[in-house]
Amino acid sequence: MDDFFSVFGLPPKLLIDVEDLQIRFYKLSREHHPDKFARQGQEAQRRALETTSLLNDGLRILKDPVRRAEYILSRNGHEVAEQKAKDVPAELLEEVFELNEALEELRCGDDSARAQIEAALANFLAIRAEIDVELVKLFGDYDQAPTPVVLTRLRSILNRRRYIENLAGEATKTLKV
Amino acid sequence: MGTFQIDFGDAAKPEHIIGIDLGTTNSLVAHMDLTGPRIIGGIVPSIVGLNTDGQVVVGNPARDLLLTHPDRAIYSVKRLMGRGLADVTDELKFFPFRIASEGSDQVLKLKLGPDKITTPPEVSAYVLRHLKAIAEEHFGEAVTQAVITVPAYFNDAQRQATKDAGRIAGLEVLRLVNEPTAAALAYGLDKRQNGTIAVYDFGGGTFDISILKLHDGIFEVLATNGDTHLGGDDIDNLLIQIAIEEIASEWHQDISGDQEAVQLLRRTVITVKEQLSFLPVAMIELRYKGKTYQREIARELFDKLITPLVNRTLEPCRACIADARVTVEQIDEVVMVGGSTRIPLVRSAVEALFRSKPHTELNPDEVVALGAAVQAGILSGAVEDKLLLDVTPLSLGIETMGGLVSKLIHRNSTIPASATEQFTTAVDGQRNVLIHVLQGERELVKDCRSLARFDLKNIAPMVAGMTRIDVRFMVDANGILQVTARDARTGQEQTVEVKPSYGLTDEQVEAMIDESYVKADEDMKERQVREARVEADQIVKATEKAKQEDHFFELPEDERSMINRKLNELLVVYHSDDYLLIRDKIEELNQATMHLAEVRMNTAVRSKLKGTKI
Repeated sequence: MDDFFSVFGLPPKLLIDVEDLQIRFYKLSREHHPDKFARQGQEAQRRALETTSLLNDGLRILKDPVRRAEYILSRNGHEVAEQKAKDVPAELLEEVFELNEALEELRCGDDSARAQIEAALANFLAIRAEIDVELVKLFGDYDQAPTPVVLTRLRSILNRRRYIENLAGEATKTLKV
Repeated sequence: MGTFQIDFGDAAKPEHIIGIDLGTTNSLVAHMDLTGPRIIGGIVPSIVGLNTDGQVVVGNPARDLLLTHPDRAIYSVKRLMGRGLADVTDELKFFPFRIASEGSDQVLKLKLGPDKITTPPEVSAYVLRHLKAIAEEHFGEAVTQAVITVPAYFNDAQRQATKDAGRIAGLEVLRLVNEPTAAALAYGLDKRQNGTIAVYDFGGGTFDISILKLHDGIFEVLATNGDTHLGGDDIDNLLIQIAIEEIASEWHQDISGDQEAVQLLRRTVITVKEQLSFLPVAMIELRYKGKTYQREIARELFDKLITPLVNRTLEPCRACIADARVTVEQIDEVVMVGGSTRIPLVRSAVEALFRSKPHTELNPDEVVALGAAVQAGILSGAVEDKLLLDVTPLSLGIETMGGLVSKLIHRNSTIPASATEQFTTAVDGQRNVLIHVLQGERELVKDCRSLARFDLKNIAPMVAGMTRIDVRFMVDANGILQVTARDARTGQEQTVEVKPSYGLTDEQVEAMIDESYVKADEDMKERQVREARVEADQIVKATEKAKQEDHFFELPEDERSMINRKLNELLVVYHSDDYLLIRDKIEELNQATMHLAEVRMNTAVRSKLKGTKI
């Protein structure tokens, strides 16, 4: 697998300077973009296409902390699979159940459910903010010592975050309609 | 400077790359000269006709044909590029396209005249070939490489169809550039080294909005959105609709099926639309078969009529702002592109949404072609400080179990972008795997647009699930998908057979190229020879005339004999088919007569020699 860190000349760390990444991206794009090789042979164009897509794909993944962490996990053999319903975090079970009911009511036209959904949404966003604080701490731990224990914790917290994210997304979408 | 001196350019010099705006209504060609991008020739209506002599005509002659023989001309064909029959049913109510094919054919076939059958890419190729010829005439040499612009919201099939059109026209399409991005390049906005700009592009048939970030000459598109079926054409259709209804009650006659009447009406309606951009009131006037219909349209009514259409452009704008993760306040400049942005209501709606006065300095009809020329300059190396980083407008995914789409490359990803997916076999001994690629934002296959079916062939027979094939999906810098596959264990490349859902197969394109490109190439060569001979005629005539004059005999003997020798050499090659050779000899004669020309000039003898037109 192509390495998104090394293409930018960066070590595989989780805490990175995104502004610096963006500047490296511009500089490398200027050097490798297919536009610079339009009049050269097919081989040069193919190489430019490969390198530039690696830069573009890499920037997209690395500038987003969650996707960056998922990338690190998958590089270490931890596949981050789509969260299934049965994996609902235990402490959220009741709330998720109530939210689903409220969402259904609002979809059926019962506007009184709106307030409940808004409250739930605020709660999820607060939980997500907590998770993000925890994530940054874990990122630091990983950069210090990338142990299997840190990776496992990273995976479970990312799964939890993804679950919350999906709920928040669902609530936002329904509120908009 | 000699009167005969002609600059033929240097054969070793790299070829010109032209920039083409292939528009719904009008097309233009431009190039990059030392001072900046320049339009070559003028606006060419994107209309292709077949005249009664059986010749294909493009541009203004085709527009005239549209009025006298509506069945012999095709316009707004861009609306059909890369589309299937089911997609265009709605269009057919307003556009007199005559569909020739029913049945299973993937590519729409159109009738042109009584019996010519053609396809949208071929019709576009006629326009491109015309633009190519304009450029060749301008440069005095063949042009084979081009940058062509497309609406940012064009999908893969529409882009591929545009590229095919280029190939059929004998043009190597070095890059497809999104129209709003091209406009941003043309504007340069060099005074602003860094910042965020929005490009609002409302053309004849399509609407695009793009938001870009500028960073020291890098134009990075953050997000794009649009509607490939929303443009000035729709405004025309609204007015035509009103007129047809009123005519029906006034004349007791339904003219909607009478193409000649509708085309006359279309012309007057377009004039009215254009006039209403600077007049408070204008008149729709149709004189047809002894009857007259007149209808005043006030700006107020016009604004009311088009408000729903203008509002339809605002939703994509809001979505684009959200996708770009910027706020309206963070957008420093708004650039207006496309003829429909001349409409005052459009300008005020854009101003209200973005809360800033939009840029309208450049001619909105020319700015896209100028930008294409700048991109051509980037590719040729003439423009070194600029670089365009564009995005794919639509997400790309594959069909999975239960008719669902699994997204691989998300919309607004910077291109080139890629994704790799592993496939396996489901049955023992399975020899091929079919992959269905879709484009769109929805979750169900039926709500997305089918791009193509890729068949991985000749898989070594094995137990189910044992074979693993890595399939790489790559959206290139043109926004066009390329698929490669290889066996994950052996690393061996797999054959991928592409069945485009709405496009020409490679073989079909090749056949069309064989048919027309070769012919066009011959035409081109013939024209070059003809032109070289015309020039030769002029210089020979002028030289022979000069030889009768006193000045000639005042020249030193060796100079006179050189002129005679060069004149004879030119006459020897005159009938050859080698236009380059003819031009070489013209140039040599030119050099030989340079001194003579000066002498004649200095004595102020204004002979016809001076009038030699190159």
